[in-house]
Amino acid sequence: MDGLIGKKIGMTQVWGEDGVRIPVTVIEAGPCPVVQVKTAEKDGYDSVQLGWSEQKASRLSKAEVAHCAKAGLEKPVRMLREFKSKSGAEVKPGDIFDVTIFEGGSGYVDVIGTSMGRGFQGVVRRWGFKGGPSTHGGNVKRRPGSIGMRQDPGKIWKNRKMSGHMGARRTTTQNLKIVQVRPEDNVILVRGAVPGPNGGYVIVRKALKKKAVKA
Amino acid sequence: MSNILDIISAENIKKDAPKFEIGDTVKVSAKIREGGKERIQIFPGTVIARSGEGANETFTVRRTSFGVGVEKVFPVHSPHIVNIEVERSAHVRRAKLYFLRQRSGRKARLRDRK
Repeated sequence: MDGLIGKKIGMTQVWGEDGVRIPVTVIEAGPCPVVQVKTAEKDGYDSVQLGWSEQKASRLSKAEVAHCAKAGLEKPVRMLREFKSKSGAEVKPGDIFDVTIFEGGSGYVDVIGTSMGRGFQGVVRRWGFKGGPSTHGGNVKRRPGSIGMRQDPGKIWKNRKMSGHMGARRTTTQNLKIVQVRPEDNVILVRGAVPGPNGGYVIVRKALKKKAVKA
Repeated sequence: MSNILDIISAENIKKDAPKFEIGDTVKVSAKIREGGKERIQIFPGTVIARSGEGANETFTVRRTSFGVGVEKVFPVHSPHIVNIEVERSAHVRRAKLYFLRQRSGRKARLRDRK
C-alpha cells in the first residue's frame, strides 16, 4: 500500500540529531481499512479503495453503508479514496493499513490537500504581476495592463492570467521528508508545510519521484 | 488521544530548562560550529524578550558591543545552549524591553531588583 487518508493537525518543531531545529507538520493518518479492490479485468484499472474515520450509519446514505458492510467493516467510514496499485492481488477488503507503511522506503512522502481559500483576488496577488507605478503620474496601480494584441489574432488567448478565485483547490506538495513515524498515535511528522488549514483532510502517499533506498 | 501537538512539544522541551526572566543580565553559553570544530561561545547581555511557547520558545539577548547594539535570538530548549547564567535581575514593568533600543549609555540602565 502506498498511501493513507489523514488530517493535518498543525505545525511545531523538533530538534534534529545534531541539534538543528526542524520545522514539522503533524499529520494524523489512518488506520485505513480497504473497502474495495478494483482490478483491470473487472473495473478496467487496478486500484485499492481505502476508507478513513468511522461515521454513524445515520449520517451516510444506504448505499455507502451497504458498500462498507460488503467489505466486512464493523463501522461505516466517512471518506473513501482510491490509490493506484500494482499489487492488487495481495490486498483484500477488510485489511487495515496504518502509518507503519511509511517506515523504511525512501523516507519521503507527497501530501495532497485542499489549499486555503483566498477568495476573489486581483492579478498582483494571484499571479504576481508587478502592477503600475504608484507615483510619477501612474494610473494603473494594480491593473493587469494589456491582455492581448489587435485585429490579429482578434481574440484573447486561452489561459490568459486574470483576476479570479484563488486557493481552495487540490494541491500536492512533493518530496517532504519523514522526520518521525509514531504508530502508537497514528501520526507522522514531515519536514515543512503541507497544503490546507489545520484540521483539513489530506492524502499522504509515498513520494512518486524519490527512489526507494536499498537497505 | 490528548492533543498530540502538546505531546510532541513536551518531548522537545528541556526538563531542566534554565530559569531566567525579562530584564535579567545573563551569560548564554552556546555551542557553535566553525569549520568542523565545535566550541562554546559566551554571549553576555540583557534579556529583552521571550516569545513563543512550548518547544518553540525563544528569547532575545541584547548587548552593546563597541558602541553598536547587538541582539541575538536563541531557542530556549535548543540542545546547543549549554548554560544560561543569571548575573543580575532588574525591576522591569513590561514583557518586552524594546525601548532599550532607543537608549544608550546611562539611559539604558535598568533598576536592580531587591
